[in-house]
Amino acid sequence: MEEIYKELVAIVGERYVSNQPEEKFIYSRDPGTMEPSEPDFAVMPASTEEVRELMLLANRKKIPVVPMGGGLVLSGLSRPLKGGIVVDMKRMNHVLEVNEKSRYAIVEAGTSQGMLQAYLKKHHPSLKHSVPDAPPIATVGGNVLIHGSGHLSHAAGFHSEMLNGIEAVLPTGEIVRVGSCSTSPYWFSRAPLPDLAGLFLGWAGTTGIATKLAIKLFPNRALNDVAIFVVEDAELAPDIIHRITGVGLAEDVTAWMAPKPDWAEGFIHVNINYSADSKDELAWKKNLLRSPLKKYMDAKTGGFMMLPPPMKKPFLEAPASQLTRFADVRKGGGFEYVGAIMPVELFPKAHQAGLDIAARCGTTYSTGARILGMGHCMMFFYAYPFNRADAADVKRAQTALEETNRAALDMGGIPWKAEAPAQKHIIKRMDKHTFELMNRIRGILDPNGIMNPGNWEAD
Amino acid sequence: MEHSEILHRCFRCGYCKLPSSYADLNCPSYLNFRFETYSPGGRMWLLRAWLDGEIKTSPRFAEILYSCATCANCVEQCVFPKFKDDILNAFIAGREELVATGAVPPAVRDYFKSIHLYGNPYKMPEADRGKWADGLGLEPYSRHEYLFYVGCVGSFDERGQRMARSVAGLLKNMGISFGILGAEEFCDGNDVKAMGEMGLFDHIAQKNIRKYQDLGVQKIVTLSPHAYHAFRNEYPELGGNFDVCHYSQLLAPLIKKARFKKSESPIRVTLHDPCYLGRHNKEYRAPRKILAAVPGVQLKEMDRAEKDALCCGGGGGNLFTEMLGGGPDSPARVRAREAAATGAQVLAVACPGCSRMLDDAVKAEALQDDLEVMDLAEFVNRRLAVD
Repeated sequence: MEEIYKELVAIVGERYVSNQPEEKFIYSRDPGTMEPSEPDFAVMPASTEEVRELMLLANRKKIPVVPMGGGLVLSGLSRPLKGGIVVDMKRMNHVLEVNEKSRYAIVEAGTSQGMLQAYLKKHHPSLKHSVPDAPPIATVGGNVLIHGSGHLSHAAGFHSEMLNGIEAVLPTGEIVRVGSCSTSPYWFSRAPLPDLAGLFLGWAGTTGIATKLAIKLFPNRALNDVAIFVVEDAELAPDIIHRITGVGLAEDVTAWMAPKPDWAEGFIHVNINYSADSKDELAWKKNLLRSPLKKYMDAKTGGFMMLPPPMKKPFLEAPASQLTRFADVRKGGGFEYVGAIMPVELFPKAHQAGLDIAARCGTTYSTGARILGMGHCMMFFYAYPFNRADAADVKRAQTALEETNRAALDMGGIPWKAEAPAQKHIIKRMDKHTFELMNRIRGILDPNGIMNPGNWEAD
Repeated sequence: MEHSEILHRCFRCGYCKLPSSYADLNCPSYLNFRFETYSPGGRMWLLRAWLDGEIKTSPRFAEILYSCATCANCVEQCVFPKFKDDILNAFIAGREELVATGAVPPAVRDYFKSIHLYGNPYKMPEADRGKWADGLGLEPYSRHEYLFYVGCVGSFDERGQRMARSVAGLLKNMGISFGILGAEEFCDGNDVKAMGEMGLFDHIAQKNIRKYQDLGVQKIVTLSPHAYHAFRNEYPELGGNFDVCHYSQLLAPLIKKARFKKSESPIRVTLHDPCYLGRHNKEYRAPRKILAAVPGVQLKEMDRAEKDALCCGGGGGNLFTEMLGGGPDSPARVRAREAAATGAQVLAVACPGCSRMLDDAVKAEALQDDLEVMDLAEFVNRRLAVD
């Protein structure tokens, strides 16, 4: 190990390598409920070339490599399950280029969502990217690669769908470019070439390390507003969502259900975020977005919430810091959630499952959904807070999460950024030829099995 | 350990690493070291692990705790209102535990030794404390309206001395009744407390309080925001109730009466908010009022200003222990580059510690031909009309 330490130092410099107990402790865990697993080293490269050298070393020595962005996935994907090197990417945090006309940004993979947001605000105020509701230190790369979603996902789908191209280092050390950037100086799209981006999306870091990405940008309009439609009967939610998304004007459509505050209990709240360049346009959009819901308002089965400006503020914030604050609900600094990707029509079933599981496990909860791509599917989330200092409470949340993963699969959904145990449940239900194909691909890319081992592995 | 009950409540979400714009890393130690362990959240989790016996006391752990510049960016940016105010207190309590077990880093140990043996961190004879005022004709404090308290950096550091002389000159010029203690002055103890040596701090504070009370001091104007913080927020708990202000607060309402040169050309100035004046005590207006009163000043704010200001890395004792000094990612050098990026010709400061840190950083960045670090009083004095 001493010899490897010296080689790591030679690659990234002594300052950016650690094998000390303090770093081993922190890099062994994330804020979720998964058990810790210690790395042998934490390293922080500053360039694609350094990542390449790390990969060559790890491949030669057959040492596991675990890439890490913000470390905020909560489901433990950046825990080194078999030891090895955690590669903290956050020194690679530069915005490299913004193409205003073709509306994309090229960033290093460790660039945080917040830094990109601030950069665009300062240098390209007419543009914005889709901000996830993760804390702003979460990385652009990490979120795209796990198929994240955000404040423009109703308009444009998963963040992985907003990806124009990737530069990645393979476990065998080759630097590859995927998308138009493989052939052109412009990173404008993944079409029309064979789409190799899928080799890195959703693989939980088991196929390589992304070092640069280009993502789509969108118009940043001057005025932003939110309307919240409230309904009691979850059975109505799919039709309500279908009607809102059918208008095609919202940027983000999210639903939320929570027992607190008291006035919210028992209701489905559907937030509709939209923006405009003028007051007239905003009013026009507001009317258009309201009109398909008239049926429910007339029948008095649903209606729009009164929202004075101070109440609107948290619903217009991107990222929504109130979601992070959920971690202090039990004064215990923790929450984790299952985000199950599923069709919109499963909303009532998914909602009921959440209520049942929370009651059965004796835990509080917050559930909701982000509607993706004009209602093509949704990410239905079940968040359970826990008190980190109370082992029984952590266990309660773990049980609720496990049950939720199973329930999501049972109803036809698929857990997103699934924990290693949940990945095994997914694999059990997956078409066996599909899983074989995954393994064949991984075998080609990573012949020594060094990339985040323990993930996407069957029992 | 005091405040240990909040440690597990940190989610490690990382808001504390950033300013409110999210534009760049704003925690000085995380900016410098980059490992998660050196972020406020990392520190919270490590402290808990240490108390639970999951990690042991080590030089690395001590460095992690002591590289915090106590700048309070974490307190400012944390999104958990129910415990955020105690984050920094928890770090200081952790340091207190290390002090109690004799496990502080060597540089911290040397700092404490120096205070114990010499009364100041510079290992200088206390008799030399008043030398900064040589030739200025300042009066020893004797029932003046204000005691002008200079502190260790102003008394012994060459850069601090220059600042002390400028401020004293300006106070005089503005007709303020003040006296100094000279060789009778003593360390304020703010950084001693921030470094977790509570017994020594109590001793220092009580010694000062007794002296000020004996002299009949009622109002104190400080050179350093650190002393201002200690006198204003820490001394009252020990019975020292004085009317305290930082020199910028005293000068701000008076500065409009100053006579400035008429022919001075416009000058671009940016301002570095000191943490102990700004985030710790919420004073952002006074230094800006002073600059606004000077004819020709074009204030060019840095992206990170006021509550979002990036610390110079000198707080919490780091001015003396130099744990955050050195490389291009040291907060002072990052701050110097940020100041230069505004196009300012002058980087105005209001703290002798910041002045020292940023002066060195500007030189390290080879920016000295374009950017001059100047204390507010130095700057004002240069633009005053000469009778």
